[in-house]
Amino acid sequence: MNYFEYSRATDVADALRLIAADPGARFVAGGTNLLDLMKENVARPTRLIDISRLPLTEIEETKDGGLRIGALVPNSDLAWHPAIEQRYPLLASAILAGASAQLRNMASTGGNLLQRTRCVYFYDTTTPCNKRDPGSGCAAIRGVNRNHAILGTSEHCIATHPSDMCVALAALDARVRVAGGAGERTIPFDYFHRLPGDTPDLDANLRADEIITAVELPPRGFAENYTYLKVRDRLSYAFALVSVAAALALEDGNIAEARLALGGVAHKPWRDREAEGTLAGKRPTAKNFERAAEALLAGARGFGHNDFKIELARRTIVRALGQAARGTPQSQSDKRIA
Amino acid sequence: MAQRDAARSAERFPTPAKIAITLRVNGVEHKLTVAPWTTLLDVLREHLDLTGTKKGCDHGQCGACTVLLGGRRINACLTLAVMKDGEEVTTIEGLAQGTMLHALQQAFIEHDAFQCGYCTPGQICSAAGLIAEGRARTADEIRELMSGNICRCGAYPNILAAIEQVLAGQKGAEAAR
Repeated sequence: MNYFEYSRATDVADALRLIAADPGARFVAGGTNLLDLMKENVARPTRLIDISRLPLTEIEETKDGGLRIGALVPNSDLAWHPAIEQRYPLLASAILAGASAQLRNMASTGGNLLQRTRCVYFYDTTTPCNKRDPGSGCAAIRGVNRNHAILGTSEHCIATHPSDMCVALAALDARVRVAGGAGERTIPFDYFHRLPGDTPDLDANLRADEIITAVELPPRGFAENYTYLKVRDRLSYAFALVSVAAALALEDGNIAEARLALGGVAHKPWRDREAEGTLAGKRPTAKNFERAAEALLAGARGFGHNDFKIELARRTIVRALGQAARGTPQSQSDKRIA
Repeated sequence: MAQRDAARSAERFPTPAKIAITLRVNGVEHKLTVAPWTTLLDVLREHLDLTGTKKGCDHGQCGACTVLLGGRRINACLTLAVMKDGEEVTTIEGLAQGTMLHALQQAFIEHDAFQCGYCTPGQICSAAGLIAEGRARTADEIRELMSGNICRCGAYPNILAAIEQVLAGQKGAEAAR
């Protein structure tokens, strides 16, 4: 770990002043990802601005009937909050599918959005990586890329976003509230994370002088017909090879609306509204689910070791939609997949 | 020469000032002065000689460094000591009451829930956190909520049995009340 200065922010305005004054500074809240990156010499901040004591820990109702989640609510508190369990069980399930109990106790809501890829080449400072060192190249494209992306990749980067929580937030059409030098704004979840393009060093559309203050959920939680199905190399405490957040609104046995977001397959939680649209007005049948999966994966491309993810994603989507339609969401402790 | 290099290096890379903090560890208050990059794990082991908490991977992947912070289980290796100024930490050394072992310590002995023992302090602190959370009821749930603690010897069945025994004992005690 490099030398760095330490400051503790007293309020959001103070945090914004501190970050504006030091371009090498970074905010720290839970620290579960940033400290790890610092130990690996991937992140080398000149100053850590401790925001962990800011009053952003509330979960409250919004005027439109949704919920506002403070950026510093720990992942475990969020997953086990009664309003999340009852109204947004998809979000609770996705959070509990990720990391470990200890890490969920530490990790914050805002920090979960900003965690960085676990691409091994990003972590290995002896290899080229356009995300870590822009212009140096991508070692993953011709390297061991079994865990890498199959959708939305570029010739500069094939890393995946590692979060489970964010996959559910994408499916639920969450919004990200941020504050910055220029005031406050709201970023729709789709536009929060970026595709790599030719600037894979930028994970999110958050400016350097901005801070996440909250994540807002719209009223609809799809609590009846949802699932979070995560497929990984071991049964727990591993990143997704492919994960699917599926949510359905059923009316008279037909699908009125379908939501489908994928993790482990792209640089951001992957949503495809055209693929979702193929299900609107249809019966919830395996054949219709397969058509939606094919539409979603039409542009998928493997890089050798991860070719299997395309077929795995297709099957996981079909399974997940089936679970959601039957109202039998995947348990995150009994790992058998029905 | 070396001195001049050191002086020049200090000029180019001034050492950030150490920071005074207070930690309450196992009920005892400690006033410490630490560099900002010192982890809670290193403070416990190197500054306070509480070596029961183990450094396994030092990356939050193995759980050997699990301690309770304000009663919640966390990975001490991914926590900066300066960020926890004023907080209450419980380590494996703080679980027993005098010579009376904590129920989990006793259960781990009774079920032979270890071989080499390196992960054990983290397993026991993690299990204490799990019991306090009150979310684990079935064996599957215990397994899932203990998955942040790796046992390379593979003592998992006995670790599970030890935790199940303590949970059952608690349920019995509640029912008797």
